[in-house]
Amino acid sequence: MDKPLTKNVLPDRDYASYKNYKTTGGYEGLKNAIAQSPSEVQQIVKDSGLRGRGGAGFPTGLKWSFVPMGDNAPKQKYFVINADEMEPGTFKDRLLMEKDPHQLVEGIIISSYAIQASVAYIFLRGEYYLSARRMQQAIDEAYDKGYLGKNILGSDFCLELYLHTSAGRYICGEETALLNSLEGKRANPRAKPPFPQISGLWGKPTIVNNVETACNLPHIFNYGLSWYQGLSPSGSNGTKLVGASGKVKRPGLWELPLGTPIGEIIEEYAGGMRDGLKLKGFLPGGASVDFLLPEHLDVPMDYEPIEKVGSRMGTSTMIIMDDQTCPVKMVLNLEQFFSQESCGWCTPCRDGLPWVVTLLQDLIDGRGRPEDLETLQRHTRLLGPGNTFCALAPGAMGPLQSALKYFRADFENYLEQKQAVGFN
Amino acid sequence: MNSALKQQIDTLSPEEIEAIEKEASHYEVKSGASIEALKIVQEHRNWVSDDSLKAVAALLEMSPEKLEGVATFYNLIYRKPVGNKVIHYCNSVSCWMLGADNICKKISKQLGIKPGETTPDGEYTLLPVVCLGDCDHAPVMLVGDELHRDLDESKIESLFKV
Repeated sequence: MDKPLTKNVLPDRDYASYKNYKTTGGYEGLKNAIAQSPSEVQQIVKDSGLRGRGGAGFPTGLKWSFVPMGDNAPKQKYFVINADEMEPGTFKDRLLMEKDPHQLVEGIIISSYAIQASVAYIFLRGEYYLSARRMQQAIDEAYDKGYLGKNILGSDFCLELYLHTSAGRYICGEETALLNSLEGKRANPRAKPPFPQISGLWGKPTIVNNVETACNLPHIFNYGLSWYQGLSPSGSNGTKLVGASGKVKRPGLWELPLGTPIGEIIEEYAGGMRDGLKLKGFLPGGASVDFLLPEHLDVPMDYEPIEKVGSRMGTSTMIIMDDQTCPVKMVLNLEQFFSQESCGWCTPCRDGLPWVVTLLQDLIDGRGRPEDLETLQRHTRLLGPGNTFCALAPGAMGPLQSALKYFRADFENYLEQKQAVGFN
Repeated sequence: MNSALKQQIDTLSPEEIEAIEKEASHYEVKSGASIEALKIVQEHRNWVSDDSLKAVAALLEMSPEKLEGVATFYNLIYRKPVGNKVIHYCNSVSCWMLGADNICKKISKQLGIKPGETTPDGEYTLLPVVCLGDCDHAPVMLVGDELHRDLDESKIESLFKV
């Protein structure tokens, strides 16, 4: 089996029911996990090499290992699923929740057991109405079958799982902003340290993991480490949901081994560019990463290789830019998003992003001044890593700084010609 | 509880209070359910009035000011009346590349409203929304809680007949 995460996603069926999930090995991983000690479970996840699938790629087992364990640990701990999928161009967690909801429920139970959390939440974005219905149904069924609640599978382990539907703000995807939001507050990020593993939800030890990350766990515990490590030809382990949107022939989402070359994904899976269009550049995974170019098509879709060429894998759902889409206008669209979704907490982000939008809009409207490009460039530093509370503004600078580097001629055309040159 | 607070809470219906109390039971402190509570009020009343806001705040044992801060932070909480169904058209990058601007113009033309406005019959409110996470079927929009994908002008025409 080479597609564990999507093995239950079949074209002729709406979604995998509890029965469907059970017959393909569902809840077997949980049985294996719960038969071992929490520290053994944590060690297996460490050994699996699983890294966070939400964008940052932090090793999951290592993240868990900072949670206080043992008799002296706080009695109340929390496990939270980040299902606030709002990164522009990202559409992977929706599939997992809509098509195979029990896989996520099982992943949550295993994770909660590993850190001995007694309460878990799914923090779901408010606009995912179908995901909400499917997840709630799966939760209810899991309670009914004894996988949630008191003394799960006859063990001492007890877990309550609640679905929290949010009300639409991108910043909720930031781990500490998510915790504030779950506490019923405005979703402003928190200063770190303390990290959530020590002081998270209501000051209790808390782990926040992405949907896709948790969905890997049932399979690691059902099929074993060596199987999991054999899934990917590259140094990373496991599979990844990768996607492509934009003007390709067959936009879509596929589960592939980590390390599949980007060019293969665009050409073979997405069918290449639409007729008459050429690839001009692409964002490898969501909006808050740097552009890459056609010369990067040989790069494997994997954490390190993409970092080596100056971008990030992010959510690995690629946004493809064709040669008839103006990069300056595309960057404007992205920066409008980031500007609107800034929570307003820290100054560089709150004031810097609207100014970036203004400069880009002026440029496009023919009001650009020669020094504007230098001002935009300066913003990529002022709003960059280390100058803000969270990763929103540094992420927003990714597409801008790479566009200024790779598509400079398009920016300069606006300065000289006062209009777009070469685009429909 | 003092009688003024009790009076405020009683402006909510028993169904609303029951649903909000159930959500509040999921959290360490009641105010954890603030977003869900505002959404429950919206399900019953379409939007959150000043009176509803005060009632929810009293029920969740938090200040109205703090709850107002929450209500105005989130995109899906409405502090003004909206239509029976809110049309959320996605204007983020993938939908933008595939013609979201034209979809918005077409909806505006069919319904005679601009983004931010409500049709005179109170049926629809038109609002932009950030990425709906269905980018391989761009452009997309939500009408109420129903997702419409692979949009083009003819689909808009048949959905919103003049």
